[in-house]
Amino acid sequence: MNGVITIFRRELGSYFATPVAYVFIVIFLIMSGALTFYLGHLYERGQADLNPFFQFHPWLYLFLVPAIAMRLWAEERKTGSIELLITLPISVGQAVVGKYLAAWLFIGIALALTFPLWLTVNYLGEPDNGVIFTAYLGSFLMAGGFLSIGACISATTRNQVIAFIITVVICFVFLLAGSPLVLNFFKIWIPQNIVDSLALLSFLTHYSSIARGVIDVRDLVYFVSLIGCWLYANALVVDMKKAD
Amino acid sequence: MINIERLSKKFGHSVVVDDISFSVGSGEVLGFLGPNGAGKSTTMKMIAGFLAPTSGVIQVCGFDVAKQPIEVKKKIGYLPEGGSSYGEMTPLQYLDFIARARGLGGSRKTMRKDEVIDRLHLEKVLGQSIETLSKGFKKRVGLAQAILHDPDVLVLDEPTDGLDPNQKHEVRKFIESIASEKVIVISTHILGEVDAICSRAIIIDEGRIVADDTPEGLRNRSSSNKLDDVFREITQAKLS
Repeated sequence: MNGVITIFRRELGSYFATPVAYVFIVIFLIMSGALTFYLGHLYERGQADLNPFFQFHPWLYLFLVPAIAMRLWAEERKTGSIELLITLPISVGQAVVGKYLAAWLFIGIALALTFPLWLTVNYLGEPDNGVIFTAYLGSFLMAGGFLSIGACISATTRNQVIAFIITVVICFVFLLAGSPLVLNFFKIWIPQNIVDSLALLSFLTHYSSIARGVIDVRDLVYFVSLIGCWLYANALVVDMKKAD
Repeated sequence: MINIERLSKKFGHSVVVDDISFSVGSGEVLGFLGPNGAGKSTTMKMIAGFLAPTSGVIQVCGFDVAKQPIEVKKKIGYLPEGGSSYGEMTPLQYLDFIARARGLGGSRKTMRKDEVIDRLHLEKVLGQSIETLSKGFKKRVGLAQAILHDPDVLVLDEPTDGLDPNQKHEVRKFIESIASEKVIVISTHILGEVDAICSRAIIIDEGRIVADDTPEGLRNRSSSNKLDDVFREITQAKLS
């Protein structure tokens, strides 16, 4: 546990030691605001809720989370600091979890800084704050899902650009796993029943039910186990490729 | 304290370390010599637990690197070849991180930090980010990191590489000053350094040990009594 906390603290500190944190937060806030007002028509709808805000999160995360995740391991490998990290008395698993949690909390901070929107709808009307809270939770979980994919992919390469692009593609597939776009692509060469279960992996399906304010245990289990699987793979990849 | 038996490392089809065995005891300073690509760094990386051997056993202070990696890593202080560290941190933050990772806490942490900062003369650069430091300071920060937890075993990969003569001299003096109570393995290209600080030298070439002797003994192998000549004769023997 100590190892996890040590890595977690260093990582979180490093975000704020470089412009990464500020650039990310500012871009995240500007884009989420712009999408909410211009594409989501928050005002024009005349409803006091945050649906226009939350409905764009999957698309926002599709590009912004891989941008955070790409540096997690690729940078360590590029600069060689991974050699130092691995030779410290900290297990690979602890390092994987510590780094992941730091990045996740960082995204959480950016997400929490959207609170003025929440204040706005409360000022304008009487929204269901329970639904808003649940939607925030769902959004945070989904970001965690994207991040776990990105962390694992980041460990496979020394090149952050490659890590970014591959992560975006995989996240895109996961996001739209239930849609014809992805399903038709797989239908050609894998059996129908596997395609059907593929549809269950869709981020969008699981997210949209939480975003509507419905907490279903299955959705929680989905995100938590997805994150667990990718992080496990992450540790394996780090162990295999650390010296390449 | 370090016991290596029949250690080999292959990358794909190329054999980088080929069936080497040796042990190093307390108080010994072992100089690891060899041409570039001979397998020095690879061997050191395996001792430090960064690379897994293809075959063979490494024991450090009685712990097996493959089976009890964390125990071994606690005993070792390691300076990687590039001296790589986290560039955006300041030496102070960096040492603080290493101390935590090494499980140092409270007054012992403060004491050890103060001591290594003092011994390696880092006071002036404590607040500057590591990536902006000169090569000499970067190296010293790397050394500080390696000795922070006062380890029994030090594995230093080219500790004086890229330093100016004064800095080299200082690092050597420093290594000498701590040598008596520790096991130290250093790799170097500077043969004079071996003479100055090592009690024993191993020359490896193409992954095999081709000489294992005291610097004195090695010198005697050449008529000119120079380490340079011995090194050349041994590692180029097959070329002629």
